Amino acid sequence: MNLHEYQGKELLKGFGVAIQEGIVADTPDGAVEAAKKISLQTGTEWWVIKAQIHAGGRGKGGGVKLAKSLDEVREKADEILGMMLITPQTPKEGKLVRKVLIAQDVYYPGPSEREEYYMSVLMDREKAKNIIMYSPEGGTDIEAVAEKSPEKIFKEEIDPAIGLQAFQARKIAFNLGLSGQAFKEMTKFVFSLYNAYLGIDASLFEINPVLKTSDDKIIAVDSKVRIDNSGLFRHKDIAAMRDTSEEDPMEVKASDAGLSYVKLDGNVGCMVNGAGLAMSTMDIIKLSGGNPANFLDVGGTADAERVEKGLRIILDDPNIKGILINIFGGIVRCDRVAQGVIDAYNSIGEIPVPIIVRLQGTNAEEAKVLIDESGLKVHSAITLQDAADRVKELVS
Amino acid sequence: MSILVNKNSRILVQGFTGSEGTFHAGQMIEYGTNVVGGVTPGKGGQLHLERPVFNSVSEAVAETGADVSIIFVPPAFAGDAIMEAAEAGIGLVVAITEGIPVKDMIVVNDYIKDRETRLIGPNCPGIITAEEAKVGIMPGFIFKKGPVGIVSKSGTLTYEAVDQTTKAGLGQTTAIGIGGDPIIGTTTLDAIKLFEADGETEGIIMIGEIGGNLEAKAAAWIKENGTKPVVAFIAGETAPKGRTMGHAGAIVSGADDTATAKKNILRESGVYVVDSPADIGKTMAGLLK
Repeated sequence: MNLHEYQGKELLKGFGVAIQEGIVADTPDGAVEAAKKISLQTGTEWWVIKAQIHAGGRGKGGGVKLAKSLDEVREKADEILGMMLITPQTPKEGKLVRKVLIAQDVYYPGPSEREEYYMSVLMDREKAKNIIMYSPEGGTDIEAVAEKSPEKIFKEEIDPAIGLQAFQARKIAFNLGLSGQAFKEMTKFVFSLYNAYLGIDASLFEINPVLKTSDDKIIAVDSKVRIDNSGLFRHKDIAAMRDTSEEDPMEVKASDAGLSYVKLDGNVGCMVNGAGLAMSTMDIIKLSGGNPANFLDVGGTADAERVEKGLRIILDDPNIKGILINIFGGIVRCDRVAQGVIDAYNSIGEIPVPIIVRLQGTNAEEAKVLIDESGLKVHSAITLQDAADRVKELVS
Repeated sequence: MSILVNKNSRILVQGFTGSEGTFHAGQMIEYGTNVVGGVTPGKGGQLHLERPVFNSVSEAVAETGADVSIIFVPPAFAGDAIMEAAEAGIGLVVAITEGIPVKDMIVVNDYIKDRETRLIGPNCPGIITAEEAKVGIMPGFIFKKGPVGIVSKSGTLTYEAVDQTTKAGLGQTTAIGIGGDPIIGTTTLDAIKLFEADGETEGIIMIGEIGGNLEAKAAAWIKENGTKPVVAFIAGETAPKGRTMGHAGAIVSGADDTATAKKNILRESGVYVVDSPADIGKTMAGLLK
């Protein structure tokens, strides 16, 4: 699950990570109020208006603006709120901005030089350990840094048994070229950040930039936080932060129904039990000349209720020409799944596109008879090859 | 022969008395698996499915001589259950549980790495040696004793491969579902090595998917050391980048973990890669003729 910048920062702050302070608003008036409060709280005289969407590169698309007066706060918040913000990470049409973060200006002048760094915490899959990845080249696209100057990206591996050690935090601060007060601040920052990562069952933290202010404070100016969905049962408060308006509405509907669904651009819908078989079914559709319209894993039970929910979600997609239901009945019996399909079909009523039902495994023959004798516009298949051939007929 | 489990394995069920544990342990027993007992903390001393229930794994090991354990414990407690089994000296732990937090698995992985315990899973269908022992949740009736070893990240897709090889008249030695999570115990390569060393296994089916580098690592080893034919299918050719496809670990993160990249490296290593999962069984049958 992804969080907004303002939500991520709030969580980080709870673990003692120094952040660029801000207040979220969803109207221009609210933005002005937020700006006043932030000034009282931090003494800032300028403000940064930041679009809150689940995508990076917001500055490039005009979603981050500096305001030097309350009038400008109102004006810029008004510009950003309601815009379709297009960044390299959004869909082509962009993403609607519903909220802005009114943040303190942290790029004020002072006795020392400001610096921007990059820092992330994530799991290294191969090593099965958490790592802190960091670079003195912050504030820019880290992938570009990785390409041009990979020597400027450092990784610190955390031993799962003993956790982050002080020497590691010092190494990070040294490698970032820090000394004096800023050095101390950075070691503290690294510890708080790592504790926050563990504390909220995150699967990714990306802080870009981490800023050394002109008075040697180290603060998180941005936050990209992804939570491990499997860890959410321990964090009801974080689960409540989910912003479904940032997700595809069909995917939200599917997840409410307990189905694992991903929307794609194709013309043949599919519903499958098991994630691996579901991906394979998409591949088969492609090999047969079609394009998969979705990934949908109905899980182990595949009863009438789930089949119906799945079908309704697939049918919401206007682009589909047909649907392939592919179930390997192991513990779940195919004849029961077939009955589920028939019941779901009858309950939905007229289905405008042909359905191919491939049932293999326990009681597959009985299932085929049920489907064939149902009188519905449903084609049955038993082997995968049968199913693939049926799809081929359908799309040709 | 076969690998890791056989009719002499002494199997313990952790989370024995819960609904999942009860159902699948019953199915395992029906298959002929030597289930010697179960563990449910607080229910020690009872009999369940005509087998003794123990409060702890170490107690169960002492009383029954169990050497394999299967875990049906809910996600919040499953990591702990794996470590308890390892601490009690269980040689093979099969974790079926789906949805164990990654944070827990990092610790579990670290805890067991220097112990004499092999972990299969989590989030997997388990392991089965055809007509001997089913330590998992797969439908037993599709398996038939034969010469093919199967290693797979997926559940139902494994059944597909099993069914095809059975219908092609081949059958299986052992099938292992290694699981679709980002952190798992036994890897594709571990299983390939075991099948290579197994006298009864004549051919190996490898079923992979997008995400991670397990298939690439296996490919490198096969290129240098492989003697048996390997047929591979990689699911997710059509999966979009950056989206998790059901399995927590099934996500394309870069250029190396796409289905195409994996297929290429496998082909270069002498593996018979099929583009359609419908061709797995007949390709293997052709190779073992």
